[in-house]
Amino acid sequence: MKVFQRLDGLVAPMDRANVDTDLIIPKQFLKSIRRTGFGPNLFDELRYLDEGQPDSDCSGRPLNEEFPLNFPRYQGASILLARENFGCGSSREHAPWALDGAGFRAIIAPSFADIFRSNCFKNGLLPIALDTKRVDQLFTQMYETEGFRLVIDLEQQLIEIPNGETIPFETDDFGRNCLLKGLDDIGITLQQANVIRDFERQHQARFPWVFETLEV
Amino acid sequence: MGKTLYDKLWESHLVEARDDGTALIYIDRQLLHEVTSPQAFEGLRLAGRQPWRISANIAVPDHNVSTKANERAQGLAGVADQVSRIQLQTLDDNCAEYQIPEIPLNDIRQGIVHVMGPEQGATLPGMTIVCGDSHTSTHGAMAALAHGIGTSEVEHVMATGCLIQRKMKNLRVTVEGVLPAGVTGKDIALAIVGEIGTAGGTGSAIEFAGSAIRDLTMEGRMTLCNMAIEAGARAGLVAVDERTLQYVAQTPFAPRDSQWEQAEAYWRTLHSDADAVFDREVLLDAAKIQPQVTWGTSPEMVAAVSGRVPRLEDMATDTARQGLERALTYMGLEPGMSITDIRPDVIFIGSCTNSRIEDMRAAAAVLKGKRVAANITQALVVPGSGLVKQQAEAEGLDQVFKDAGMEWREPGCSMCLAMNADKLEPGQRCASTSNRNFEGRQGFGGRTHLVSPAMAAAAAVAGHFTDVRDVMEGGL
Ligand code: SF4
Repeated sequence: MKVFQRLDGLVAPMDRANVDTDLIIPKQFLKSIRRTGFGPNLFDELRYLDEGQPDSDCSGRPLNEEFPLNFPRYQGASILLARENFGCGSSREHAPWALDGAGFRAIIAPSFADIFRSNCFKNGLLPIALDTKRVDQLFTQMYETEGFRLVIDLEQQLIEIPNGETIPFETDDFGRNCLLKGLDDIGITLQQANVIRDFERQHQARFPWVFETLEV
Repeated sequence: MGKTLYDKLWESHLVEARDDGTALIYIDRQLLHEVTSPQAFEGLRLAGRQPWRISANIAVPDHNVSTKANERAQGLAGVADQVSRIQLQTLDDNCAEYQIPEIPLNDIRQGIVHVMGPEQGATLPGMTIVCGDSHTSTHGAMAALAHGIGTSEVEHVMATGCLIQRKMKNLRVTVEGVLPAGVTGKDIALAIVGEIGTAGGTGSAIEFAGSAIRDLTMEGRMTLCNMAIEAGARAGLVAVDERTLQYVAQTPFAPRDSQWEQAEAYWRTLHSDADAVFDREVLLDAAKIQPQVTWGTSPEMVAAVSGRVPRLEDMATDTARQGLERALTYMGLEPGMSITDIRPDVIFIGSCTNSRIEDMRAAAAVLKGKRVAANITQALVVPGSGLVKQQAEAEGLDQVFKDAGMEWREPGCSMCLAMNADKLEPGQRCASTSNRNFEGRQGFGGRTHLVSPAMAAAAAVAGHFTDVRDVMEGGL
């Protein structure tokens, strides 16, 4: 998993409440055999005027010019500013995969759906919950200033605004630690690799037949 | 205090217990198929990781494969649906890249992953076994701790050799006595799900015990453990006995010589101690179990073949009444009607629940010298593996099915979940030996009635559900 320590990123809006995971990535894309490649289909129904199909090339599709994420000023954004209950609905891990694939590293919103939030941590995305008033202010500042950027310092748990002000935020220790070190579940288990190897040696001595190679 | 079989299996694989109640469990065997493995392999690749232990894994394609002989002969090129073909190709490519042993599509040993594993001895007593598939519980018939996992967990096991788990509760279902003739492991499974409900085993490992279970063949025990998940339990278990050892001894990957002796001595300890305490016990009288037929859209919506579909007034609560109404509307059935008045259009004999040689024999015994009724528009027999198919053909069972007017197909999951071309049409009604009767499971709008192979064969002959014993005793 990618390490997340300090991010200096352009901010883009997803200015509606209760964005569900089906809106983030519609169900027809779940047939895919991949966990990458969902980026072009992030918010597919909003981003394009036609209906997206899995494995089809998105470059020639008609864009919805009114959808903010298609505006030139938000291209290259890595911080998504959103409204309450972001990521509700189905538990699909494809939602963080799609956000990640589209270049986002952090999402700021008043609140997140639980499973989506934990899926974010598993996939190197940082969800930051701020109070509604703070989020409103950020929306205003972002709309007023083209090229509005924020610096997110995860170690310090601070967001730095261009005017020099800082906003503190909170994350749970386990999730923060995983992101700071770039550890996923697998990475955490592999920190115990020696313990597993020791166990395995004893296990093999007791049950040698389990370790025979299957010659197919 | 004594230990349960589950406790023993858990303890012998416990790498580390953590403060938060989770534990790291060592995994002896991981089975892979084409549907739930691609993202796990891709995760490995993206992270630049290698499999922890290649020899832990074995792969086989099964869910998407065509069951038509002419399409199968063309290999992957014969798979018409592009998404399916890509999934199958991806499994081949991933196994080649990571040197994972794979039984390929047209190998005689290919079959449904839960049929292939025990048949090859790739899954053995005492092992921890995982697969990205909920019916992995099947392998518990050999006293292995086996359960289904999600794709992220498939990747975790592949990369670390371990799974993060919480210890489950111990539930024992004891079935004592002698089963009436014509009643099988499938009927026990359905009767248990009917008794404890689809959430009855949630959070538990179910050990099946009692004389009726010991009297079952290994195939029958696999059918039973297969459906532990339909009772909500991620794992089902049966203790090791002589039958287990005999079955394992003839499998290709079984240990040999001095290793066998060592293994056998250990395997003989794989039973619950006499003074073991279970969190919950359920007792069933084998003599009272009748052939079962599901009438609804959940496996717990089940009745004896002599019974009836419930009436709305039988339901205790409004929620239950609404559930019944919804199920009956979907199934196109009337409240209170006799099970024997239900007339299927399609017969499906197959799936990891009931596609082993014993199942083929049981169905053929009913069908021998008979014809499928005129109202049956399609009747599929899909053996669980190439070896089951070969054995059935050696015994002439394929001819019995063909003479009866049924189609004898190539091995795969087929109409169990309709990922390939074998599907029900909307509104079609199927007598199926599979394990799930959820809405749309066998095809959009399709209606599924779960039964044993013998009962499916009896329904095929009669054109409606009927007690297999009536057909066998010359009633038709
Ligand atoms: S036969 Fe059905 S239940 Fe069994 S593995 Fe295949 S799809 Fe799953």
